[in-house]
Amino acid sequence: FAARGCGVFGRRARQCGAGRPGPSPGPFPRRQRAVACNARGGAVPAGKSGLAPWIPVVGLEIHAQISSNSKLFSGSQVQFAAPPNSLVSFFDASLPGTLPVLNRRCVEAAVMTGLALNCSINKKSLFDRKHYFYADLPAGYQITQQRVPIAVNGSLSYSLCIDNKMSQMVTKTVRIKQIQLEQDSGKSLHDDTRCQTLVDLNRAGVGLMEVVMEPDMCCGEEAAAAVRELQLILQTLGSSQAVMAEGQLRVDANVSVHHPGEPYGVRTEVKNINSIRFLAKAVDYEIQRQIEELENGGTILNETRAFDSKLGCTVPMRDKEGKQDYRFMPEPNLPPLILYDAKSLPANMNHQQVINIDWIHERLPDLPSVKREKLVEQYGILPEHSFTLLNEDGLAEFFESVVKQTQMKPKRVIGWILNDMLSYLKQHSITVKESPVSSFLLADLLNLLEKKEISSTAAKQVLAELWKGEGKTPLDIVKEQKLELLQDQKELEQICQAVIDGHENE
Amino acid sequence: QKVSVEVLDHLEHLALVDFRDLEGVERLQKAIQFADQLHEVNTDGVEPMDSVLEDRCLYLREDDVTEGNCTKQLLENAREKVEEYFVAPPGNIPLPKLEEREAFLQGS
Repeated sequence: FAARGCGVFGRRARQCGAGRPGPSPGPFPRRQRAVACNARGGAVPAGKSGLAPWIPVVGLEIHAQISSNSKLFSGSQVQFAAPPNSLVSFFDASLPGTLPVLNRRCVEAAVMTGLALNCSINKKSLFDRKHYFYADLPAGYQITQQRVPIAVNGSLSYSLCIDNKMSQMVTKTVRIKQIQLEQDSGKSLHDDTRCQTLVDLNRAGVGLMEVVMEPDMCCGEEAAAAVRELQLILQTLGSSQAVMAEGQLRVDANVSVHHPGEPYGVRTEVKNINSIRFLAKAVDYEIQRQIEELENGGTILNETRAFDSKLGCTVPMRDKEGKQDYRFMPEPNLPPLILYDAKSLPANMNHQQVINIDWIHERLPDLPSVKREKLVEQYGILPEHSFTLLNEDGLAEFFESVVKQTQMKPKRVIGWILNDMLSYLKQHSITVKESPVSSFLLADLLNLLEKKEISSTAAKQVLAELWKGEGKTPLDIVKEQKLELLQDQKELEQICQAVIDGHENE
Repeated sequence: QKVSVEVLDHLEHLALVDFRDLEGVERLQKAIQFADQLHEVNTDGVEPMDSVLEDRCLYLREDDVTEGNCTKQLLENAREKVEEYFVAPPGNIPLPKLEEREAFLQGS
């Protein structure tokens, strides 16, 4: 048999002259969020008056890039934004005669993540090949774990505010179907003017953890909250830096709607979601689109759609060529991956070759949910407060640092952190690390307030001045602007008398 | 049992092989017949073996950077390049559709 040149299946890029894929009637008119999930007192989105309500179903597939020095099966470096094709080994370029060699650190990252998500870790897992043709997949297949992944059957708990008031939080859980190790592909840069694609293989072969969440969510807000919590967990573990903007965390959403009591509807897959905010928008748009389509007598196609962030809508992405046939087969070059625990630890094996699940379990750091509870317990703040503290990178540490340096009670300090400091940070779009007001300065200011040397209003004035970052201390500013509280009774009487005297005529 | 034209077309798309003519198709049929002999073996209660490496130890490598930085060498293999990028067509180029090829397969 002779082999042909270029492939045909696989992800379609935009083809020369073919224009953008799929016509779209444009974004549906933006509505108030008509999708109310079951958390909010059982309300389920109603269609046009008189029609049966709809239940939206949302499942997520999340790819998290593993934080490691080298790639999953080769020794080339993992780094964002390096010169094209400089971080590519012969194996990554799929040159003949090369073989995959599994990176221990990647396995540990997957085990940590599985344990943190309450999964069962499979002591024996297998690698498979998933075949499709695309220029950024030089081998023509991706090594993944389709039959027996490294971790299965876990759960992720996340919190949501009801009614955007931050006063009532509800906890929800989503089941984790599995976590698998797999290779990332290279990057394609489409050059439409010259009708070509430029391929950079720096990313090809980087380790990924694919986290598959069961369709337990029902709206964009839940999906966003779940992903946010997963992001925090991954960052706490260090198994992935999970920065969506750098492509370290990629989310695909599977969305369908059905009437209560009826079977699940046809689902669509939504890709190209670049931030958590867009995830919520994309999911909610797709739910609305499907509801409107069905209520107008249309049908939903089992297709892949891309989210267009500028238009705020989803558009069809792939041709309707029928289902992809990936021809999964066992990876012939890799034996099964065997993991051990304290009981099954082999006596006479080189311990560099042994991964002990229990050893990893013992060394897991406090997960965000545990940290939040500890903050509530230790400082007497509300759960909503600790939620916000952990949601902002570095804010919890900042809060604790201020508490250590001030006599003011934590319950009062938290107000200054969450109301004043946080709004300043948001206004200037900077992170806690970049704050011109250090924990030391804030503690200093709060001490003045605590000792009643200044009023609350004055303190806010001082804080505004401190934000200019001119290097002054709170005391400097108080003196400059004469904000000291008068404590002297006599002086106060004199001032009052002067005011009364000045208005004797009225 | 003959292999249908649809299956042949599907295989050609998936594996990028070219059965070319009737002789090629017959060779495929014979290969399938040969492999079908496996069905004569009773495998009840036997776990399938999917790798002859199943008893081997999967070697774990330390997470050190030991490779890469060979852009020039890699690009030597490329027919076309643009500033250290490999150049590929804008997308996957589709094989001719089944209707256009049916005549070809049956013709020889």
